[in-house]
Amino acid sequence: MSNAPRLRLALRTPLGITAAVASTIIFLTAIFGPMLLGDTADRIDTDAIGQHSGTEHLFGTDALGRDIAARVVVATRLTLELTLFATLIAVVGGLVLGVLPAVLGRRAGRLITATVNLLVAFPGLLFVLFLAVIFGVGTFSAAFAIGLGAAPSTARLVQNLTASIAGTDYVAAARILGVGRFRIIVRHILPNIAEPVALFVSTTAAGILVAFSGLSFLGLGVQPPDYDWGRLLNEQLDRVMVDPMSAVGPGSAIVLTGITFGLIGEVVAKANAGRTAPQAEVTPEATSAAPAEKTASGLLNIDHLQVRFAGHTAVHDVCLTVDEGEAVGIVGESGSGKSLTALAAAGLVPHPGRVSARSLRFGDRDLNKQAPKGTSMAMVFQDPMASLNPALTVGRQLAEVAEVHHNAGRAAALTRAVSRLGAVGIINPELRVRKRPHEFSGGMRQRVMIAMGLMGEPRLIIADEPTTALDVTVQAQVLALLRDVRTESGAALLLISHDIAVVSQVCDRVVVMYAGRIVEELPVGDLADGVAHPYSAALIGAVPSMTTDRDTPLATIPGRPPQPGEEIVGCPFAPRCARATDRCRTEEPVLEQIRPGRRVACWDPITTATHELEEAR
Amino acid sequence: MKAVSTVDSSAAEAASGPAASATSGSLELRNITVRYGRGRTASTAVDDVSLEVPAGSVVGLVGGSGSGKSTLGRAAVGLVPVYAGQVLVDGVDQGRKPGRRPIQLVFQDPFASLNPRLTIGGSVAEALPRSDRATRASEVARYLDLVGIDPGVSTRLPHALSGGQRQRVALARALAARPAVLVADEVTSALDVSVQGAVLNLIRDLQRELGFAMLFITHNLAVVRYLADRIAVMDRGVLVECGPAAQVLENPEHEYTRALLSGVPTIGEPLPERAAGAAATDAETEATTR
Repeated sequence: MSNAPRLRLALRTPLGITAAVASTIIFLTAIFGPMLLGDTADRIDTDAIGQHSGTEHLFGTDALGRDIAARVVVATRLTLELTLFATLIAVVGGLVLGVLPAVLGRRAGRLITATVNLLVAFPGLLFVLFLAVIFGVGTFSAAFAIGLGAAPSTARLVQNLTASIAGTDYVAAARILGVGRFRIIVRHILPNIAEPVALFVSTTAAGILVAFSGLSFLGLGVQPPDYDWGRLLNEQLDRVMVDPMSAVGPGSAIVLTGITFGLIGEVVAKANAGRTAPQAEVTPEATSAAPAEKTASGLLNIDHLQVRFAGHTAVHDVCLTVDEGEAVGIVGESGSGKSLTALAAAGLVPHPGRVSARSLRFGDRDLNKQAPKGTSMAMVFQDPMASLNPALTVGRQLAEVAEVHHNAGRAAALTRAVSRLGAVGIINPELRVRKRPHEFSGGMRQRVMIAMGLMGEPRLIIADEPTTALDVTVQAQVLALLRDVRTESGAALLLISHDIAVVSQVCDRVVVMYAGRIVEELPVGDLADGVAHPYSAALIGAVPSMTTDRDTPLATIPGRPPQPGEEIVGCPFAPRCARATDRCRTEEPVLEQIRPGRRVACWDPITTATHELEEAR
Repeated sequence: MKAVSTVDSSAAEAASGPAASATSGSLELRNITVRYGRGRTASTAVDDVSLEVPAGSVVGLVGGSGSGKSTLGRAAVGLVPVYAGQVLVDGVDQGRKPGRRPIQLVFQDPFASLNPRLTIGGSVAEALPRSDRATRASEVARYLDLVGIDPGVSTRLPHALSGGQRQRVALARALAARPAVLVADEVTSALDVSVQGAVLNLIRDLQRELGFAMLFITHNLAVVRYLADRIAVMDRGVLVECGPAAQVLENPEHEYTRALLSGVPTIGEPLPERAAGAAATDAETEATTR
């Protein structure tokens, strides 16, 4: 299974080693302890009653002269057995109660859910004591009580996890295929909830250990002549003032074992998280020492931008200029680095990513040294619901911009918010400012985000897939709004999209990215006449348009884009390119100007001549 | 309320209406109404929609988000309880009977529709009828091969595959159940542009080869134009237009269809000049209807 290597990796950390060593010691003690020290622990020595701790008896002796240290070692087995037994009951009970609602009908399911909720709300210790009294005093009845007492909280967790898995598409698919309920649980639900449940169980086991020791300590658990750590603690209680060491023995055994259970849980959690948690890059890259060239023109100036994550470079030597008032579009597939390029310009690259650039300038600010200032740059993201605070009214969020950046008063800021909402085409802005984001539709929220950008005097609007989550009709409206806003405010626009058609509608210039590199840059007007890079051509050909011939198959690009971290030799597109030559596979093409305003990174770009040649065929 | 009368009328129509076509693999959705919630807070996601997918044909179902097109598709396969109406395959009411259905669904997101802990082969095998191990393995290999996946990957977990490959596996799983009707719910929306074309080609070829009827749900008009013989348009739970593909796209009768068509971006064609105010009015109505 794929979990094994991750577990092995987690075990190699100091935490993992400690957990492994500690649990091995505990289990060996449980197995061999009673065999080796059983006689010593039970030997009554009337000459040594109530002895203090010393070299002969590590923790002293009890009222019958038995060696406490030996009794602590021997008690390991019973304590562990009872803890594991109670944990087993908690897990089985929790799994059954947790999974049943998914199996039974709606009404029975609700009844079980309600019962579990009630039991969870009931104070845990009270519930256990109640059960312990019902089952009577005795070793296994106490274990039963504690196990059942821990079952409701396990059931609650299992219920929640099961509900989330039961709602997934793959369970839906299995249901359509007619897979039985029992098989769905065994094959689809249990394997996918196993990890969090295992983590929860290990911490529960620690709690059960302490709870059981507590019951024994109170005299409700293990009864003499049997003894566990709690019982030993109980027997030494009256001597604790005279000889604290006699109580330290069983007490520390409980604590150390409890911690070990917790450590096991930590290791499971680490193995669990190892899949996603990115590691920060440690080796500091030597950022280019060359100072920013003052000759560079344009509003936004990106020169040799690199964005690195642990192990791979996501954006590779990207050079891009956006002039004052210009609209530039970046297109590319997922993983092409188009969003990261935009985020780097705004100083928003997510945590482990490292940005370096020979020059990164916005206006007269060097973004390598300073963050972009105030409201001169506006961002619009794909999901406006995620970028608006659901708890605040829209007006408050807009007004905040003016209050923070322009020192405007509350009333003045709100007035400006109303006027900006009106400017982005929201009807009745005076009423709408008092609404919260969830009362707006997707397209309206995106208008609000644009209005927020307009609260200042933006010189550049960066829009990252602003219409991807929207319908076609609303998409056209938002694009029209971006265009109108631009003509009115004179702001430049950097539009990122996977849809070359969307970009071509709004922008003056298009930049095509592939595998973290710019492969082509051209004016929008040239898109229709023919692009120079085979990838751009393939990208256009792969999308059906309203004029595509229905009888011929769509053009496809064979293969797949390079994976993050994959080593690239030569042109990154060469393995998928029909025109690739040996040179393409060994030598990386440089982004070169082929005509004014047109750059392409290809050894053998498609020229208009070859277009005609192909058409002639 | 209205829904009650819908039940009556649908029952009456079912009794007196034309007999469902007897040809193999046709889907008929008859007066389907799907409601969420109860009492006052109930909302109607699909309102009295009747739609027919003749055997061997492709019907495209288009509409904006919240139009109820996906809900209709899910109702057809029994994932969403139907408040009123019937789902008929070859004239047989599917009702609520459990077990394998003759209608299968391919989901939008291939990253969510495959169990991450189940091997590729295991996922596809779930769709196969019970048989011995060797038969199952050879059938799994056959269906993977059919969708252009190397059968050698059948022992691997889904995370080893790319989005396009996963969508192929999901398609193989649906086809392995030998459906008479396939519902494809936005199958290319979560895929990258370069992969989308290949998956569309595959679906088109398989449909022509195997001859199943297909309800192809999408918001992308260019895609539906490419695949569908007939096109149905939904808006706010209501079927507003339905007809042959060319007719719906070239001479749309309903205003909403025209609005959809005018929104389709085309390379090199600038945005239609529309006043921002007028555009916002549309958005306003959209917001208030939610």
